[in-house]
Amino acid sequence: MDKFFTQMSEAFSNPALWEEFRTGIWDTLYSTVVATAAACVLGLILGVLLVAGERDGVRPLPAPVMKVLNFVINILRSVPFLILMLMVLPLSKLLVGTKIGTIASIPPLVIAAAPFVARLVEASLREVDKGVIEAAQAMGCSPFQIIWKVILPESLPSLVAGFTTAFITILSYGAMAGAIGGGGLGKIAINYGYNKYNYAVMLIAVVLIVILVQIFQSLGTWISIRSDHRLTGKSGRSRRKKEISSRIDREKKTPGVM
Amino acid sequence: MIELKHISKIFPTADGEFQALTDVSLTIPTGDIFGIVGMSGAGKSTLVRCINLLERPTSGQVLIDGLLDESGKAVDLCALPPAQLRKARRGISMIFQQFNLLMQRTCLDNICFPMEIAGVSKAKARARARELLDTVGLPDKADAYPSQLSGGQKQRIAIARALASDPKILLCDEATSALDPTTTRSILRLIQDINRRLGITVVVITHEMAVVEEICTHVAILEHGHMVETGTVEAVFSNPKTEAGRRLVYPEGVQIDQLPPAGVVRIAFNGGSSYEPLIASLAIDCGVKVNILGADTRNVNGQAFGTMLLGLPEDKSEAAKAMSYLKAQKDVTVEEVHDYHG
Ligand SMILES: Nc1ncnc2c1ncn2[C@@H]1O[C@H](COP(=O)(O)OP(=O)(O)OP(=O)(O)O)[C@@H](O)[C@H]1O
Ligand SMILES: [Mg+2]
Repeated sequence: MDKFFTQMSEAFSNPALWEEFRTGIWDTLYSTVVATAAACVLGLILGVLLVAGERDGVRPLPAPVMKVLNFVINILRSVPFLILMLMVLPLSKLLVGTKIGTIASIPPLVIAAAPFVARLVEASLREVDKGVIEAAQAMGCSPFQIIWKVILPESLPSLVAGFTTAFITILSYGAMAGAIGGGGLGKIAINYGYNKYNYAVMLIAVVLIVILVQIFQSLGTWISIRSDHRLTGKSGRSRRKKEISSRIDREKKTPGVM
Repeated sequence: MIELKHISKIFPTADGEFQALTDVSLTIPTGDIFGIVGMSGAGKSTLVRCINLLERPTSGQVLIDGLLDESGKAVDLCALPPAQLRKARRGISMIFQQFNLLMQRTCLDNICFPMEIAGVSKAKARARARELLDTVGLPDKADAYPSQLSGGQKQRIAIARALASDPKILLCDEATSALDPTTTRSILRLIQDINRRLGITVVVITHEMAVVEEICTHVAILEHGHMVETGTVEAVFSNPKTEAGRRLVYPEGVQIDQLPPAGVVRIAFNGGSSYEPLIASLAIDCGVKVNILGADTRNVNGQAFGTMLLGLPEDKSEAAKAMSYLKAQKDVTVEEVHDYHG
């Protein structure tokens, strides 16, 4: 215990270490933002295909196509992240030129998260009232117009909540990627805590990760509620806030299988 | 004019096929307010959804006035390729029981939506939308979201949105069923006003006869997917020719105070003597008087066909006497009616 406190006071008086934390935070944010953006774009496309392409969707796709789509998504979602990362690292080398560091962890994060986001998007799009879609069809909307002008805008608050879930999930997976060559706060935690037995530094890194998660979860919840015009009055908004928070808590993944 | 020709609709379901519409043919004149009534599950929604092909008929034709091919012949909506069908749909608006407004758009943007789809410029669309807000009496709700409106106001916005594409036809599927009586009346007034001023043909689906009486000129009665009766509202309502029609038009049957507590029997004539003598002889032979609650009988060459509903007297022994007398008649079948609704 004494050792822990000396480590802690050393940590706070070590400017080099603070510099390391600063770049750690930056690397974590940077890789998470880039990976989330890419995963959300891919996931959104896949999610739209899943909903629009089903048999009674707005633009049915051939059944075999839907089968393959679902199969690939399910398979990717059931591969443990660390193994997926090891499998995808050669691709990282190809795409970004390196197998280690923050940037190298982005492609595996995207590939692991995109199918996860696709399922979140799928659930959000399914919440859109069938009657509203029908009304749009009756007005002469094309399938593309229905997706672009009805389904996506109407489900925006729910999509934002899903993207928030994706962001904090990717952040924590990115931290895990620190174990096999990823950068950021995760690497600091593992490097100090596991390799150097410096639990104080590890604890600080973990606290920083938790703080980042909380900040982005609150931010995402806030944006989701702000963008939702179905809510009227303070009580409606605060009720919705609880719903969204518990949904994000339920759906976010702690490292393992996304 | 809307012409439905031999429309049938079969839904595949888990336990076999379900025939929701059977050979329905219907002509709806231009500029009319046409009511389609029937019990729940009769197929009203299915039928009206066949007009804009939200539901594709299994067989039959949908002919819409003004929708002609190059040679000037009326084209079947069902035969149109998707892009042309979408264009044709802009001339057929629809309003719904649940309003189906876009919840994430303001009222003004909701009204702009059909014009956006049709490629009308934004400025033009907004100007037109403001006019329509005036038409439906909600000029101050332009920037409100649907969640901030009452049911009646939502339906007004939905009507404004329906008018935005300058349709020739307005389909209303239970448009007032989610509203209270006063609001219902005001919405009906609005629909009637639109019909008169713009000459839009209106098809009204409802299970409320009051709605039909209030605004419709013609009415069709659906039962179990069959169109059983059609005509002017006066004709059908004053003298419904079918059992289904009577059940709808007189849901309470006779007045409650006329309802005999002892019970009601239905007698069916299978071609015996005419029915008046039977009732008369019942009174003479047994000294029992019965009420005729309703009848659907025809005399063909002095012979009676059809059914009649009789209210038996309160007195149990008299009622029993009447029953046995009726049962003794040949060419007449008698059954007790336990759930008499009229
Ligand atoms: N998609 C469907 N699949 C299977 N059966 C259907 C489908 N849509 C309607 N039906 C059936 O067709 C029948 C007619 O339905 P419809 O909705 O047209 O009735 P309705 O007259 O509008 O009744 P309500 O007054 O309750 O709205 C019902 O028995 C219903 O169960
Ligand atoms: Mg219906």
